[in-house]
Amino acid sequence: MNEKLLLEDGTELEQVFCRPDTLTDVPYHYCPGCGHSVVHNVLMEVVDELDIQDKTIGVAPVGCSVFAYHYMNIDMQEAAHGRASAVATGIKRVLPDKLVFSYQGDGDLAAIGTAETIHTVNRGENILIVFINNGIYGMTGGQMAPTTLPGMVTSTSPYGRDVHMSGYPLKITDLVAQLPGAYFVTRQSVHNPNAVRKLKKAVTKAFEYQMQNKGTCFIEVVSNCPSGWKMTPVETIKYLEEVMFPYYPLGDLKVPKE
Amino acid sequence: MIKGTVKIDAKICKGCELCIIACPQNALGLSSNFNEKGYRYVQLIYDACTGCTNCALVCPEAAITVYRQAKPAKKSQVKSE
Ligand SMILES: Cc1ncc(C[n+]2csc(CCOP(=O)(O)OP(=O)(O)O)c2C)c(N)n1
Ligand code: SF4
Ligand code: SF4
Ligand code: SF4
Ligand SMILES: [Mg+2]
Repeated sequence: MNEKLLLEDGTELEQVFCRPDTLTDVPYHYCPGCGHSVVHNVLMEVVDELDIQDKTIGVAPVGCSVFAYHYMNIDMQEAAHGRASAVATGIKRVLPDKLVFSYQGDGDLAAIGTAETIHTVNRGENILIVFINNGIYGMTGGQMAPTTLPGMVTSTSPYGRDVHMSGYPLKITDLVAQLPGAYFVTRQSVHNPNAVRKLKKAVTKAFEYQMQNKGTCFIEVVSNCPSGWKMTPVETIKYLEEVMFPYYPLGDLKVPKE
Repeated sequence: MIKGTVKIDAKICKGCELCIIACPQNALGLSSNFNEKGYRYVQLIYDACTGCTNCALVCPEAAITVYRQAKPAKKSQVKSE
């Protein structure tokens, strides 16, 4: 990181940002502009800064991020669809000195894994749950998820989500924030540089709370899916700001009383 | 103005343009060439970079390394440690 660069006019520049050390050299398989990649980058940057590479264990989900373990150079375990927080529970209980997180999409965490999610938080498991909410089943071809917005067009809601037939989008983060086991619950994003900075702070806090055995930390990242949404990456940023954030407002839902 | 620059790994850039819209100096643009994967990659097209790191923070591929001019040490600020 302390690499220097000498410009032709003699100005000396210092390196102030580089690819996180704890990322492998494997290029991401994600679509161009996909938020999954940015969240991976942030997680590994925090692991670098806290110097916890040898202590951190991640649990990968089923969904587009199923191969998260190809990129994060830490110990990782793959879980069956929706069960990542249960698997993380087991790992943390057997290895309480490790820092354990699950990484899950909305189809994974808020559909098939709803029970695991709620009960993990209700038990106050001392883990971090990272929840990537892109409002869609990205991996399987852009089907409607419980989190899909009313009127949103997906491959299984070609006329837009009809709430009379499919119910309203599930704000599972608001739900888990009500549970006593939840210690820190926040909703973040990665749609611009400041949002990325904020997410990084939240992840840092969550790992610090875990070191203090405080209970479950839950970080939702309202993210994009350019392919599933059938938009360019730049168009997804506008959609996030204009459509997703009004329904899923960013900010802390539960902060520790200190 | 503080001087900075970026190095972009053209091999792994996917041309998503998120760095372009994040740059307050409008210093980045797509090349007219393609990389091995078939993407038009991003280049510094305008020598106005301040090394703010915005582009690198939002780059999904972690393809951007940022350099910035060292802040001149202020003589009045003595480290208290
Ligand atoms: C038990 C089981 N049921 C269904 C599937 C099919 N499946 C794979 S990924 C997925 C949904 C992924 O959506 P999400 O969790 O939102 O992840 P994303 O790809 O959007 O990041 C489904 C239903 C599966 N692999 N296993
Ligand atoms: S399908 Fe969507 S979530 Fe999956 S990698 Fe592509 S953009 Fe990302
Ligand atoms: S570091 Fe800042 S000014 Fe330089 S190219 Fe990136 S966003 Fe633009
Ligand atoms: S953000 Fe990264 S991947 Fe996207 S165009 Fe810029 S350098 Fe390429
Ligand atoms: Mg999803």
